Amino acid sequence: MKTTLLTTLATATALSLTMAPAAFAQQDTAEACFVYVGSATDGGWSQAHDEARQAVDEHFGDAVTTRYVESVPEANSEGTIERLARSGCDIIFTTSFGFMDPTIAVAERFPDVKFEHATGYKTADNVTVYNSRFYQGRYIQGQIAASVSETGTAGYIASFPIPEVVQGINAFLLGAQSVNPDFSLKVVWVNSWYDPGAEADAAKVLIDQGVDVITQHTDSTAPVQEAEARGIKAFGQASDMIEAGPTAQLTAILDTWAPYYIERVQAVLDGTWESESNWDGLADGILTMAPYTNMPDEIAAMAEETEEAIKSGELVVFTGPITKQDGTVWLEEGEVADDGTLLGLNFYVEGVDDQLPQ
Amino acid sequence: MRIELIKRGTPSATLRYLSPIIGLTLAVITGAIMFAIMGKDPAVALYVYFVEPLTEAWSVHELLIKAAPLILMGAGLSVCYLSNNWNIGAEGQFIVGALAGSIFPVLFTGFDSFIVLPSMVIFAMVGGALYAGIPALLKAKFNTNEILTSLMLVYVAERLLDWLVRGPWRNPGGMNFPESVRFPEFARIPQLMPADGRANWGFIASVIVAIAIWVMLSRTLKGFEVKVIGTSPRAGRFAGFSATNMIFFSFMLAGACAGLAGIIEVAGASGQLRPIISPGYGFTAIIVAFLGRLNPLGAIVAGLVLALTYLGGEAAQISLQISDKATRVFQGALLLYVLACDTLILYRVRFTRTPRATVEAAE
Repeated sequence: MKTTLLTTLATATALSLTMAPAAFAQQDTAEACFVYVGSATDGGWSQAHDEARQAVDEHFGDAVTTRYVESVPEANSEGTIERLARSGCDIIFTTSFGFMDPTIAVAERFPDVKFEHATGYKTADNVTVYNSRFYQGRYIQGQIAASVSETGTAGYIASFPIPEVVQGINAFLLGAQSVNPDFSLKVVWVNSWYDPGAEADAAKVLIDQGVDVITQHTDSTAPVQEAEARGIKAFGQASDMIEAGPTAQLTAILDTWAPYYIERVQAVLDGTWESESNWDGLADGILTMAPYTNMPDEIAAMAEETEEAIKSGELVVFTGPITKQDGTVWLEEGEVADDGTLLGLNFYVEGVDDQLPQ
Repeated sequence: MRIELIKRGTPSATLRYLSPIIGLTLAVITGAIMFAIMGKDPAVALYVYFVEPLTEAWSVHELLIKAAPLILMGAGLSVCYLSNNWNIGAEGQFIVGALAGSIFPVLFTGFDSFIVLPSMVIFAMVGGALYAGIPALLKAKFNTNEILTSLMLVYVAERLLDWLVRGPWRNPGGMNFPESVRFPEFARIPQLMPADGRANWGFIASVIVAIAIWVMLSRTLKGFEVKVIGTSPRAGRFAGFSATNMIFFSFMLAGACAGLAGIIEVAGASGQLRPIISPGYGFTAIIVAFLGRLNPLGAIVAGLVLALTYLGGEAAQISLQISDKATRVFQGALLLYVLACDTLILYRVRFTRTPRATVEAAE
């Protein structure tokens, strides 16, 4: 027993010696660390981040080491983030909204470490926030839905009534209305990001109510599978779900964080990293669309055209005239919603057949 | 060769204390094999798991933060289980306690007075106790199975918290995100040694409460009553003890402990309410209670050990890139072995060469 203990201690000392330097070699090498709310192989949100992490690894080779902690509960994540900060990470990406205040708190204690928090809104000298304009993809989906739908009604399986989700619902309907002004949208809240059972039930309810296209802001493939089984159309979410719905998936919104992560880690290496608020979209490649499938060519062509228009800035999704659900004017003709409003969006546009949970 | 288990005449006192150590040793061996198969040096992995989290002051603070709710709830639940009341809803009582205690900082943000923090603590304990009183009442009046009702009420509490932080208690300045305002400084539990880490007085409180419950159990008539009713309800009745009163006493005591743990968590480490405030402390506390031999002092040790496995799992992920799943397998093995080794307290192991048939014939 004694010898084992000694070996353990010896190895441990060796370990701490090899771990100690690393960080201070000015910009030759860097350590990039990631905190995931789910499992790194959840097939959705966290996996998309982990794939981007692997892309960082591959891109920089030996210059950058990456590490991650998965399935970190949002309750009490401060200790986890601190452990990473203390273990030599140069830049830490915390990839869920719930990590916001803990990230800010740890960042205050470690001014030399850079932090990047996904989907939040609080920044500091060493904290950048970043997010993707997912709603741009939703607009394209809405156009496609209105074009292929025979019933003129789509179903939306939503997670939680936070601004990001509300943006998506509104953008989807605005896209649909640009094709069919009378298009309507039913929403079911499942109150989870990942709950295959509840998501499938929601899909069934919506289909029974007569929708013939469904889209989801939840992470499992269950709704797409349900659509496939019932012979209607659906959109994938976060990753390509074509295997779950070979004849159902029209397209999918793909989270592609890799270019952003590579850019930010490069900035750390170059010493040019600064605190920013990054809200990128289709144009920046942080958001891409899966191939347009299972639809007539002319609809696919329209979708591609819209995608190009959004990328070039010619089309801005939230541009007036837009009326709120309660009938009051949100945006006048030609008026563009500012990011501040969008980041706190808590109302529906006209035509949503649902009461926004408040 | 066969292995036989032979019931002991009396439970072995030695093994009562030795069995967790045997379990721990078996878990360490299993873990070492598992880490070796994964291509990690077992010695390093075990060091990272069990020792590294204790090598730095701030990390010890994190340990105390995680241990406090486990100790409190583990000690409270011990009283329930000793008296044969199967309260498995500590998680819900934790949440309701946290909510009741948060009424002041969330609804009366400007009310700065020395009385706020003590009131929060009292509200939390009362809230947790009353919430635990529901399954107690159902059991006492309608003979409802308390395992089911207390568990179901966990989900009710989770929904209540979810609704509050997304609705009425949402931070008005929080961009519609689901969280409450951050508690002002006067509504936060003071830190023990702010220079070294984040641990707060909640840990000290948890140890004091655990000791108090131990004194109650081992030195008072009430404690005797708990044990008599637990081991023999009939004997309890003859002694004039009321099993019905015991249902309320044990549930509400455990509920008050859980409520206190809840407010310690939100007014201590977190500083605000979120849709999820507990990584399952209330359920882990059930394991803490049993690992601690249903002894509140044991719960202190067990709470610290389980808190260490959480931190160790995290450290192993960070420094060795051992998957979260592997660390959970290791945690599971640890608990399984420790609890399985309890068999040794009641049974003697005999290795025998005699085939089964012969034994039966002989009998």
